[in-house]
Amino acid sequence: MTNRVASTLGVLWPPVLFGVLFLGAWEFIVWFWGIEQFLLPAPSAIWSALAEEIGAVWEATYVTGANALVGLLLGVALGVAMSFVMMRFRIFNDLATPLAVALNAIPIIVIVPVLNNMFSISTEVPRRLMVMLIVFFIVLVNVSKGLRQVQPLHVELMRSYAASPWTVMVKTRIPNAVPFLFTAVKIAAPAAVVTAFVAEYFGGRQNGIGYGITSSAATSNNDVTWAYVAGACALGVTFFTISVGLEKTTVRQAGPRRPGGATT
Amino acid sequence: MVGEYADVVLVDGATMVFNAAKPNRVDALVDVDLRVAPGDFVSLIGPSGCGKSTLLRLIAHLLEPTAGTLSVNGKSPDRARREGDYGMVFQQPGLFEWRSVRKNVELPLEIDGWARARRAERAVEMLELVHLDEFADHMPWELSGGMQQRVAIARALAVQPALLLMDEPFGALDEMTREHMQAELLRICAAEGTTVVFVTHSIPEAVYLSTRVVVMSARPGRITDEIAVGLGGDRNEDTREDDEFFKRITEVREALRADRDGADVRRVSGVEDR
Amino acid sequence: MSLARRAARRSLLFLVALVLVASMWELYKLLGPEDGGEIFGWRIIPKTNDRAMPHTWEMVSRLGEPEVRGRDEPIWQAILGYGWYTFRMALVGLLVGTAFGTALAVLMARWRVVERGLLPYVIASQAIPLIALAPQVAALGGNWDLPKWMWVSTLSAFLAFFPVSVATLRGLSSTPPIALELMESYGAGWWRTLVTLRFPAAVPTIVPGLKLAATAAVIGVIVSEISTGVRGVGFAALTYGQRATSDPAQVYTAVFGAALLGLILFGLVVALEMALMRRRPAEAVS
Repeated sequence: MTNRVASTLGVLWPPVLFGVLFLGAWEFIVWFWGIEQFLLPAPSAIWSALAEEIGAVWEATYVTGANALVGLLLGVALGVAMSFVMMRFRIFNDLATPLAVALNAIPIIVIVPVLNNMFSISTEVPRRLMVMLIVFFIVLVNVSKGLRQVQPLHVELMRSYAASPWTVMVKTRIPNAVPFLFTAVKIAAPAAVVTAFVAEYFGGRQNGIGYGITSSAATSNNDVTWAYVAGACALGVTFFTISVGLEKTTVRQAGPRRPGGATT
Repeated sequence: MVGEYADVVLVDGATMVFNAAKPNRVDALVDVDLRVAPGDFVSLIGPSGCGKSTLLRLIAHLLEPTAGTLSVNGKSPDRARREGDYGMVFQQPGLFEWRSVRKNVELPLEIDGWARARRAERAVEMLELVHLDEFADHMPWELSGGMQQRVAIARALAVQPALLLMDEPFGALDEMTREHMQAELLRICAAEGTTVVFVTHSIPEAVYLSTRVVVMSARPGRITDEIAVGLGGDRNEDTREDDEFFKRITEVREALRADRDGADVRRVSGVEDR
Repeated sequence: MSLARRAARRSLLFLVALVLVASMWELYKLLGPEDGGEIFGWRIIPKTNDRAMPHTWEMVSRLGEPEVRGRDEPIWQAILGYGWYTFRMALVGLLVGTAFGTALAVLMARWRVVERGLLPYVIASQAIPLIALAPQVAALGGNWDLPKWMWVSTLSAFLAFFPVSVATLRGLSSTPPIALELMESYGAGWWRTLVTLRFPAAVPTIVPGLKLAATAAVIGVIVSEISTGVRGVGFAALTYGQRATSDPAQVYTAVFGAALLGLILFGLVVALEMALMRRRPAEAVS
């Protein structure tokens, strides 16, 4: 028991030490050089602003979080569906792969104004669609790779059993793709949060973390801005932690073999 | 013999224990003594887990013994390693895939601080020795497994070490290539006067190559027997069909078997009879 | 199939896919409802009027017309100018971020305590939307007497930094043990082993990190432009988007510009990859 405590402490102390050093240095620098609040508030000032504005920050975080979650779920569902279509019909694969690679390389976030025009700007729909698009391509690239890159030995084994393509799909390809899916979700979940609040920078409804950041920054309410940033971090960490948790539960079944997290 | 030559390798009471304080404690080697004289070709043979690779790594100073002392060329293994006294060949060629064949052979010379022109010259010489000079500018992955292993041997010989340490160097090769490589190795060692410590789990390989075969047993790893082979300096393909050759093989096999019977029903695994 | 033929086939398929996407756009514009529609109370049927969905040929022909009425210069020149500005900022960000990311990875590979102390933060940084800091960085930059682009590049470097450091650390710590033993048997020191073995062996792992970093650097610049008012291609997309009622095709010219510059920066990384992997076995090339 004491051994366990000691080893946990052994793992924990370096990051805690670096974290405390970092915050301490930040606080010290602000105090020592007398940096003004509107430039860089001290951690203590951010903390008190967060305590004061907790209601507004929570509301904004909720709006952005909901957009990210809806977009994430839709993107995953569509991405998985499209991967199956691409697996079944080679021509879709040949056409969609170069497009997906190119789209992953370009900053497609700039189409938010386009979506704002096409859909009703006074709803959350354009933002959710933007998140969905980003997630869709991450999932598509990874899951179709998982369905395709089955060990040749396994396919030969299934052939020797005279298994139908359907059986090959169910018995080898889908189980093989599951870890790839969760790797994709792990990459896509933080990306969904970033996309959801960056989309708010491009106008639309006046709510969410992105709007909170820009509007409080515009009024030089800098410690409030940082409180919103803290909200964004909390949201990102929540999404990431849940996706890592999901991945862990599947990895135990799938064994130690893990796919690399490719997005291109 | 004593006093006449300095031993190339001297192992005295070497003991190696892994995970000493834990439930998965392994006594890899217990109180092992070994002397290798200049010009000797000593094979270490035994079942998996008998500590033959561990013993080789102690000599190479890739591991520190738990107890006991070692010396290589009369120095501490640490100093011998730093001064480049030995060359090492592993089971895998371990070539750097981003360097050409020649650049791979140059690697130890580069680390030793040789001038560019001199090391290029030596690398080509070494490649001639393993009959691969034509492939000097190829990339390693363009070569077959056997050729890659020959490059690894050229690399180990590049610093002209008095001692060659080989850890199942031909283990991953097919039988034909393997026999060819064994003959090549003998030719090179005769030409360069190299002393060799050779880990293997093939009995015929040990007998064909060695002046002495050291038989080891597992759990705990220790030396149980030593057989002087001495098939003579002019071994060739006919030697493999010699009565003497088969007699020695039988001798080694019986030594391994005796050890197994002595240890009740412990299975001898990982030793090939071919 | 040879490498060149495969590349040609890919580009051809890419063009076919583009044409297909454009045709689907026009087909929907022809058939879809003018003012969009609702499903289950959600307005998720796109509008097809000319303000919301201009014709694809209008987007292309718009490139030849001036940015605002009365000016001579066609808009593609303006977009190239904005794009070039964004590109330079992103390139500086990518280079600076790569330098720092590599340095951190080396420090983490060298001293275990640095790795144990910093790696959790580097991993957590994947979860933290660093872009949220853009207005803050801009505010800081505005106060000191430094050109704005430097602050935009700083943010972009920040975003590029993390994928590089994670990939480099992973590459540096997955060197084959047999090669490490070989270097040890030569009595080679740590730095020697780093330069001769660990780095070259890590290249195939580092390159995907660089690709992620290139994309992140561009996104970092574009988003910071929006919140700082630096006039690059991201800022153009924002302002053109606001003019959609009077000039619906204009915003697409900015989208084309952003796509072009993203592809060029990505292409640079791919070119670097091909140079580094030129003499490696084919299966190692990603």
